[in-house]
Amino acid sequence: MVAHMLVRAFNFLASLRLTVALLAMSIVLVFFGTLGQVNLGLYEAQERYFKSWLVLWQPVSSLPIPVPLPAGYLLGTSLLVNLLAAHFKRFKFTWKKSGILLTHVGIILLLVGQLATDMFATESYLRLTEGQTRNYSEGQRETELAIVDVTDAGNDKVIVFPESRIQRGATLSHPNLPFRLGVKEYAANSDLRPRGPQSGGEPQAPAGIATRFTFSPEATTAAMNSRNVPFAIVDVEDPQGSTPPNRWVVSPYASDEALRISIERSFRRKLGPEMTSALVGTLARPQEFSFANRRFQIALRPTRYYTGHALELLSFKHDKYIGTDKPKDFRSRVRLHDPAVGRPREIDIYMNNPLRHAGLTYFQAGFDEMDPNARTTILQVVQNPSWLAPYFGCVVVGVGMTVQFLIHLVAFSVRKSRPAAPSVPAPAAA
Amino acid sequence: MKRLHWFIAAAAVVWLLSAFRAPRDPGFAYHEFGRLPLVFNGRLQPFDSFARNTLLQIRNKQSMRDSAEKRTLPATEWAVEVMMKPDVANARKAFRIDHPDLKGQLKLAMDADEKNGEDGKHYSWNQLLPSWQEVQEQAEKAPEDASKHSAYDRAVLKLRNAMGLYAMLQATLQPPRTTNFPAELAAYQASIPAGVTALRDRLSGRPFDTNAMINVLEYCQRYLPLSSMRAPLIIPPHHPELPRDQWMKVGDALFEPGISPRLLRQLMGEEDLSNADYRDLITQAGTGKLHPAVGQFASMTDAYQKGRVADFNQLVSRQLQDLGSTFGTEITKASREQVYNDFAPFMKSMVLYVVAFLFSAAFWFTFSDWTRRSASALIWIAFIVHSAALITRMWLEGRPPVTNLYSSAIFIGWGSVGLGLLLESIWKNAIGLATGSVLAFATLIVAHNLSLGGDTLEMMQAVLDTNFWLATHVVIVTLGYSATYFAGFLALLYVVLGVGTRALTQDMARGLTRMVYGILCFATLASFVGTVLGGIWADQSWGRFWGWDPKENGALIIVLWNALILHVRWGGMVKERGLHLLTIGGNIVTSWSWFGTNLLGIGLHSYGFMSAAFWWLIAFAATQLVIIAAGLIVPQASWISFRTHPPAPGTNSRVPSKSPTPQSA
Repeated sequence: MVAHMLVRAFNFLASLRLTVALLAMSIVLVFFGTLGQVNLGLYEAQERYFKSWLVLWQPVSSLPIPVPLPAGYLLGTSLLVNLLAAHFKRFKFTWKKSGILLTHVGIILLLVGQLATDMFATESYLRLTEGQTRNYSEGQRETELAIVDVTDAGNDKVIVFPESRIQRGATLSHPNLPFRLGVKEYAANSDLRPRGPQSGGEPQAPAGIATRFTFSPEATTAAMNSRNVPFAIVDVEDPQGSTPPNRWVVSPYASDEALRISIERSFRRKLGPEMTSALVGTLARPQEFSFANRRFQIALRPTRYYTGHALELLSFKHDKYIGTDKPKDFRSRVRLHDPAVGRPREIDIYMNNPLRHAGLTYFQAGFDEMDPNARTTILQVVQNPSWLAPYFGCVVVGVGMTVQFLIHLVAFSVRKSRPAAPSVPAPAAA
Repeated sequence: MKRLHWFIAAAAVVWLLSAFRAPRDPGFAYHEFGRLPLVFNGRLQPFDSFARNTLLQIRNKQSMRDSAEKRTLPATEWAVEVMMKPDVANARKAFRIDHPDLKGQLKLAMDADEKNGEDGKHYSWNQLLPSWQEVQEQAEKAPEDASKHSAYDRAVLKLRNAMGLYAMLQATLQPPRTTNFPAELAAYQASIPAGVTALRDRLSGRPFDTNAMINVLEYCQRYLPLSSMRAPLIIPPHHPELPRDQWMKVGDALFEPGISPRLLRQLMGEEDLSNADYRDLITQAGTGKLHPAVGQFASMTDAYQKGRVADFNQLVSRQLQDLGSTFGTEITKASREQVYNDFAPFMKSMVLYVVAFLFSAAFWFTFSDWTRRSASALIWIAFIVHSAALITRMWLEGRPPVTNLYSSAIFIGWGSVGLGLLLESIWKNAIGLATGSVLAFATLIVAHNLSLGGDTLEMMQAVLDTNFWLATHVVIVTLGYSATYFAGFLALLYVVLGVGTRALTQDMARGLTRMVYGILCFATLASFVGTVLGGIWADQSWGRFWGWDPKENGALIIVLWNALILHVRWGGMVKERGLHLLTIGGNIVTSWSWFGTNLLGIGLHSYGFMSAAFWWLIAFAATQLVIIAAGLIVPQASWISFRTHPPAPGTNSRVPSKSPTPQSA
């Protein structure tokens, strides 16, 4: 009885009807996943519809009646299982079907490759102004709370907490830290406004950026061209309780160079140059304190990915089509410093010509568009150990489909050229 | 009757060749003027193209119909008039406005009114100029996000753009409302040395000639708007060896010999230069000569204004000759493009495709072979014109065939005709001809509507600027669209002819099924390979094989849909009718991918945003659904064709060959 049920289950898993049903559901998912991007933005829609097992799709945006749909991981895995089971059940090699076999092997490669990419790949950004050198890239939306022990010059010790652990009321600790961090306030998106000497009320913290700015929570955004900038109020607490807590406001508004520059530009128009440089100076200054005779810095900063080598931007070039603002070409000339390789070398990174080095790929992604001199480049840094899988997958599927197509075509023209075959049945596919 | 198709083909060729006669101008040499090269939108083009695209954006037409004079002005003639004789041009009703609220807002005539010469659609610059401020204010109110624009917003923005273009045209050759510009130029040239000397004296604290300084600065101030506005670059570089980037607008050429615009703005107190920069600019202020072309155009304008036809024509010829000695390639390119514009190859092929379709449809009802042969001959001729035009565009752009939405429409049509001719060479039953010609006609209509947006040979954004990937990914994906549509239209033919006519014989039904199947296989192959090549391009460009971008997703849906149809058939889950009905669904899926994804206004591929297309898309999808429903609801035995030609006993015509057991592996 059990054996019978198992056979039936296996037959179901291997059935062509299941294939068709899965393909149909995939079409529905991809369609809704595309529509979802209009309201959710690309990133969020991708997380919900494709990088998950189930998605609660809301047919009418004003009515909270969600319909559960199988999402990307579920459909991908099911297709994989279906394909493997079908091959296991019916696999019999004939030359006539070699193309179809190859096609399916390639599709398996593509599915597995995409899954691996989702699991292992990271994307980050490297922003460099001419003359600058950096050995880390930064996440575009993820941030981290970093405590840097700067007591020994030239040998910083960094301890980071990912943003996901920062919640109001949370307490963060680490064996290598002599203190605890108590999160008093946190918002995933925020705004800041300058605070003058005559502003009423207490500042949000006694020192650092809070003396010049007040931070307030904002609704989170999903639009493609805007981002969330969190802020948090954190107490540095003595576990023994012998010293009173030391309060700090932390936010990427202070630690992220690109954000600081955009703030500077918008303030300069409203407040004039002198006031602006005083304000931005406060933002740029590291927030530093001592505890147990050691010096620490505290910052909520874009997640850093240290690369083990350094890139120096020598020059950035941006050409437009004559008489228009349409970009024609942009490229960065960089110098790669890697002790493992030896002498530094110089490379041009431009559209469709990335730099691949030590498992990382640097792509020319953009530039600081607000800078009239265009001296700041933005490189996208991708680490994807499975980047070759789709290349193999495509080649295999392409060859498989072409082979199968040619087999049919040859068979068809042979039959066509035979005069005594007036009504030939349509070419048998599989 | 046997040779009739040769006569029909010959007539078509004669018709095409007759269009090659260059138009002759009885008076002013407008056509020759249209050949003059200039740089606009980042590309070299003849004045003719610039004028056509400008008028297209203002009036939705490439020519200007003047109902008062009862004649049609070619775009170049209209543009020359705007530049040189604004008093006449400004009274012509060149601006098309359709939105009633906008007409109301600007207090324009709502309806046709013969007596006052109003047609309720077209308005002149003179009528619109008093509302300039109003248009600006209304345009400011439109939301920034293009996907949130109402029809009114779009109408206002379109009008603002049109008025901007018109104002640009007015100031292309000389400041507006100028008479006798040659004399003014001579006076300006003469004022430069004394003016610059005065500036230098003033800088070094010596006594200086105030009048000389003010004299030259007044000229410069008058020319400043010309240098700061967007305008076609009509003045060629001084030396042919200089790169293309050295083409200038008249506004820049006017400032070349004397005082730079920056220095002028500093003197007007609008710039905040350091002392060193200021000193440098004064030292650099040359005492050179004006580019001769500026004077040449000024003389042309003067001759035109005074009605001296012979002088104008001679000046235009001289300008072309002068350029020809140093800019031979540019002139050749510009004049080829003008020939292409005049010939309007896609319009011509459109006409031929329609006639060919009528012939092939006639074949199914009369079975006289001459109709099929005529259709075939006409489609071959149209296909040659279509291909030649495609190749000309590629040569002009220096790019593979598909670079924007417009060219994708052209290419989908071309691919369909190719497929149709291929099928016809195998089956000879006019099905390939009919389907190919219908699709080509439809896509050329789509292309024509897309061309209303302006220049279709525009330059490409940096990311897309890789010929290898354009030639592979884009071309193959577009072929996939072509093939999926082709299969879908074959299936439409099956259902429409089957349900509504007697034309679908058993043989034809079988043939159609086999064609649909074969083309579906090809469509799956092309869409898959094309989509995946796009992935590889994305991985090369920004390290992401698949980014779930709307356009990528659209292509993926086509692949999935085609794969679904093939698997359903292999599994024997549908029979002949089901196969056709599903294949019609491919039309909807392909239209979504081709157009629908662009309408979302998000993602990397949203390069062709237009929401008028939205309603067309919905309407098209609706017709497809209606036909699918008709094919589904009416039992096949009651289809008119199957009542007329019932399946012969023993042949299972409705079941396409399929293996009894599903074996997709």
